Amino acid sequence: MTEALLEVHDLVKHFPVGGAMLARSATPVRAVDGVSFTIRRGETLGLVGESGCGKTTTGRCILQLERPTSGRILFEGLDLVTLGEEALRPVRRRVQVIFQDPYSSLNPRMTIGQILAEPLKVHGIVPDRQGRAARVRELLVQVGLLPQHAGRYPHQLSGGQRQRVGIARALAMEPALIVCDEPVSALDVSIQAQIINLLEDLQSRLGLTYLFIAHDLSVVRHISDRVAVMYLGRIVEIADRKTLYEAPVHPYTKALLSAVPIPDPRLEARRERTVLRGEVPSALKPPSGCVFHPRCPIAEARCAAEAPNLREIKSAHWGACHLA
Amino acid sequence: MATLLEVRNLKTSFLSAAGTVRAVDGVSWDVEAGETVALVGESGCGKSVSALSIMRLVAEPAGRIEGGEILYKGRDLLKLSEEEMRAVRGRDIAMIFQEPMTSLNPVLSIGRQLTEGLEIHMKMNPAQARARAIELLAMVGIPDPERRLAQYPHHFSGGMRQRMMIAMALACNPSLILADEPTTALDVTIQAQILELMRDLARRLGVAMLIITHNLGVVARYADRVNVMYAGRIIERARAGELYANPRHPYTLGLLRSVPRLDEPRRARLDPIEGQPPDLTRLPPGCSFAPRCTYRVERCTESAPPLAALGAEHCSACWEAQRLVRERAA
Repeated sequence: MTEALLEVHDLVKHFPVGGAMLARSATPVRAVDGVSFTIRRGETLGLVGESGCGKTTTGRCILQLERPTSGRILFEGLDLVTLGEEALRPVRRRVQVIFQDPYSSLNPRMTIGQILAEPLKVHGIVPDRQGRAARVRELLVQVGLLPQHAGRYPHQLSGGQRQRVGIARALAMEPALIVCDEPVSALDVSIQAQIINLLEDLQSRLGLTYLFIAHDLSVVRHISDRVAVMYLGRIVEIADRKTLYEAPVHPYTKALLSAVPIPDPRLEARRERTVLRGEVPSALKPPSGCVFHPRCPIAEARCAAEAPNLREIKSAHWGACHLA
Repeated sequence: MATLLEVRNLKTSFLSAAGTVRAVDGVSWDVEAGETVALVGESGCGKSVSALSIMRLVAEPAGRIEGGEILYKGRDLLKLSEEEMRAVRGRDIAMIFQEPMTSLNPVLSIGRQLTEGLEIHMKMNPAQARARAIELLAMVGIPDPERRLAQYPHHFSGGMRQRMMIAMALACNPSLILADEPTTALDVTIQAQILELMRDLARRLGVAMLIITHNLGVVARYADRVNVMYAGRIIERARAGELYANPRHPYTLGLLRSVPRLDEPRRARLDPIEGQPPDLTRLPPGCSFAPRCTYRVERCTESAPPLAALGAEHCSACWEAQRLVRERAA
């Protein structure tokens, strides 16, 4: 279980700004700015951060929905960045995605059965029609739906049921890695737990590996084996779940954790909160030195001058902070 | 404390292709002067429609307030003329929405959006209104307020826009603010900033607040009293501390159990509420939660339980509430 399934090295993705030809030479948005991590086979890596931190772009680069500006993405030993479209096709089967909004990611004019059968046909996984119908029924049952759901349209299902269809569609390709991009944040609270349990069951049954991208720190703690925290295109801390939540070293991770409201008024009344000053700066003009320093409660002069590297602070616990 | 707003047996429904949806189905609750009350529930439970009904902003003709009373300082808002109602909106009762970008006018300057209400409701002249606008922006923590007045909503970040919404809500010294998911669209660290700001201002200015949210954590920190809604009805009501310590409705209990919590050891498995949210056009007879409820008995599928008192300031709409309390005590 310790073999690396995915290795990301120094991933950089810059987007040119503005539609005009001339503006393209201007400073780009540094959406992902030197991100490295490894996911071992069978584990779940949680990727957390606020909007605009680059977590979704990181996922899209792994899925090869975006071509990275630089860096290497090794999946089962192949560097995806160097592969052409043709060579990528078999890889695309092995790396699947579950999106946040199961409504906008399902074709409203296709039945659930058609949505699930199409990739089986296109990729030649199940060539005959009868076989595909049987596989669709099997997939529906696997994600907790009924075979008769195959005849329904997306709008006839609830949000939770639609997300189950999204999961079934990913499973249809028999993937090794699934990038889950905010898979429960559009769902009602009472349904979120159902979907998380389903993802966990499928992982243990099928030996899946997950990159779980989310902003909800409680959900990420529940599902992840290891967790990486991103801020303005960089990983600021990465460690196993227990260490990251019980002994975070980066001031940003600490602030994030203290901002999560806890459903218990007595605890909340006693709880000290670090409310961060200011807002996330623009990725167009990241601050000098440590990108977090303008909001950091413990920043020193050095932090504005010199960018900290992600270094191993304790065994298998990495942080990017001069003062950690 | 005096009762500021009293909603009695409110019924609001919508016509849809699939039939009549009773979005709010005979709901009663109140807010006392200066306190913060929460309406909590999942999408479609009727919490937002409750707030829109109070403001009389339910979109007609599809939507209709079918009955009940909304007593604001003793006066029934449902009986006011449209003109009288316009004087209440924004002055006595203000509203903050989830999406500040869609509720601000993109082609009016920040200054104009603040001063318009002041000139209309408070009869201020432009100079007075401008001075008050600067004061308001400073109060909600927007730096350099004089320069900001000339800017437009797209110049503001999401957090700044929500501060601006709060400034607009406070402009005419309302006694009640209805905040519909005020921080749901914001990042966690900004959420914390905005919620702290709202609480501090509400306390300092003595404004009552109705917070509408799906987030049980937000409610725990900021509400004095909580109403939990499901399928158009209130199913439980208590003081915040009491509700979290002793939930007395299977739905509330299920919600609290289903969320992973940072203050507790990680559980091997989450405990979801099984089944799907109710289809409001086809509600089952009896209790709407019965199909998903682990405490269900035969009676639950036959008649809907009323919201009944269970001890001081705690009500639950469940036939099996006593058993739930006994089992949890054991």
